[in-house]
Amino acid sequence: MSAEPTLDKAPGPGSGGAPRPDLPPAKAVRRAFSSPLATALVIAVTVLWTIPTVGLLVTSLRPKGDVVSSGWWEAFVHPDLGLENYRSVLFDNSFGTSGGLMPYLVNSVAIAVPATVFPLVLAAMAAYALAWVRFKGSDTIFFVVFALQVVPLQMSLVPLLRLFSGGAHLGSVTVIPALNLKDSYLPVWLTHTMFALPLAIFLLHNFIAQLPRDLMEAAVVDGASHFKIFRSIVLPLSAPALASFAIFQFLWVWNDLLVALTFAGGNPTVAPITSRLAQLSGSDSSHWELLSAGAFLSMIVPLAVFFALQRYFVRGLLAGSVKG
Amino acid sequence: MPTDPRLAGPALHLADSLWQDAAIKFGNTAGAVLGFLGVLLAVFFAAGRATGRFSRPLAVALMLGPAAVLLLTGLVVPLLRTVYLSFYDADSAKFVGGKNYGWAATSSPIHDVLLNTLLWLVVAPIAATGLGLLLALLVDRMRGQAVYKSLVFMPMAVSLVAASIIFKLVYESRGSGQNQVGLLSQLAVAVGWDDPPNWILSQPLNNFLLMGVMVWVQTGFAMVVLSAAIKAIPDEITEAARLDGASGVRLFLHVTVPMIRTTLVVVLTTIMIITLKAFDIVRTMTGGNFGTQVLANEMYSQSFEQYNIGRGSALAVILFLAVAPLVVYNIALLRKERATR
Repeated sequence: MSAEPTLDKAPGPGSGGAPRPDLPPAKAVRRAFSSPLATALVIAVTVLWTIPTVGLLVTSLRPKGDVVSSGWWEAFVHPDLGLENYRSVLFDNSFGTSGGLMPYLVNSVAIAVPATVFPLVLAAMAAYALAWVRFKGSDTIFFVVFALQVVPLQMSLVPLLRLFSGGAHLGSVTVIPALNLKDSYLPVWLTHTMFALPLAIFLLHNFIAQLPRDLMEAAVVDGASHFKIFRSIVLPLSAPALASFAIFQFLWVWNDLLVALTFAGGNPTVAPITSRLAQLSGSDSSHWELLSAGAFLSMIVPLAVFFALQRYFVRGLLAGSVKG
Repeated sequence: MPTDPRLAGPALHLADSLWQDAAIKFGNTAGAVLGFLGVLLAVFFAAGRATGRFSRPLAVALMLGPAAVLLLTGLVVPLLRTVYLSFYDADSAKFVGGKNYGWAATSSPIHDVLLNTLLWLVVAPIAATGLGLLLALLVDRMRGQAVYKSLVFMPMAVSLVAASIIFKLVYESRGSGQNQVGLLSQLAVAVGWDDPPNWILSQPLNNFLLMGVMVWVQTGFAMVVLSAAIKAIPDEITEAARLDGASGVRLFLHVTVPMIRTTLVVVLTTIMIITLKAFDIVRTMTGGNFGTQVLANEMYSQSFEQYNIGRGSALAVILFLAVAPLVVYNIALLRKERATR
């Protein structure tokens, strides 16, 4: 399939700050806000927004004695930085309980990857079926899926927890048997997948529905099944939309606390780093050298994703929220 | 190496090194993803061979089916179930009518929780959106705007837990005479306030300090989206307004703001919904103590710490009723915009 037409390049508005020709009217608004004062204000806000993170990073690199006795800004006067806290927090029993944060970091990866792939694929399938396989009631289903975004996830927690531990029964008939899922990622994967679907289907539907009709009809004439069309036309052409949603979902799952607390608690075999950190920040807030290293460890992956793929991340956020 | 995720648990206890542990977990995860994709491919391959009048229903069933089943079990049934449970007692055993709602309406701790939630709902979204709009306008013509935008936007990538820990350090307080470790206390000392309070314990100030974390996280989002909306305003419109004599701040108030009003509302409601449902900040920073409790966290602690499923469910329903109008309004607005596109 040679299918890399213009769609691939559809640029999200504002996704990169591309230079625009400065037309006079636009300048008028700009001039009103352009003064040394405005510039100073932007720089001040940016510095203010960055300092807390820098403070955490510096703290995490300082020796324990220094962290306890002086503020992190002292490190600029008496620099004595090293990775000792990171080694300690990753591998030692430094927080007074079994093991360091390494298992939790592993869990975060093990949770986030499937919890990104599953909803992405299932939502793309559903979005294609709703957009291109005409059948009675498809519009109603689309609207219901759309409206499900209203449901706060908190409402689902108790029933889902009971479903996973006790199965589902109608009277004496067992519809879903009780699954013994205690030390397993499955409940967390499933829950993230369920919660991601309404938004994923909605956003991917918007994109997939706009694919060129001619292309689809030509494929049908050639005798391709819906499955073949989906695999060889829809998926490749939807790559930009899929990519931006994947980044969004990955960050969302990585940063989640609610699902993790409910379905994995602090269980080191399955709990992600956010859930462990939330616990530690309550009980061990005096150990700033360890807590700051732990927090920064939890931020490394999302920050790397953010700075590497910022353009696509922004595009994903802008989908549906800006006219364009 | 076991590829069934259910085998991971027992296997882990036997693992004697962190690396072995990690290898088993990654093995299981890769197995689950590849297995999932493999099953789908096999089903697609088999179903793709079906022809004639069965091919279309089959395509609908197989492509929509998994999502439909997951949405039903994950959202639709739980929604109904939670409403049902909210009329039962703590153990979901006895029907108690509206007693849980009566408790929520009359209990004075819950009144404080609702008041705090309302405060969050008003202050955090408006502050984040307002600041985001201001930055979007100011940064628009600056050199190196990508750098400023990235730095302000960066907190979006960080979890609310990590953000809370970052700000716990900022708000950290030591007794007078000691070296301050928290930046806020140090700044207070630097401007001559010798004995700054313990910020996190000072009510009601601590509520606003917690909201500050949400504003820190969401301002970048508001800025990026609003900046895109401002760039999307057609030049002819600003030109026409200019010919009519509008300029500067008037141009902004009478042309720019009305043109981006839809986006402004979408951003505001999005942040409101995030604010209403987010409990991470309160949970990580104060655990809901010192008069900082909010609805989302109270609901969680009723259900999972005090094991009162009835009360927890009633609070979840209240949360639902609070979010619903916001989202419905948002959806209506989006639909209208899509229709005029």
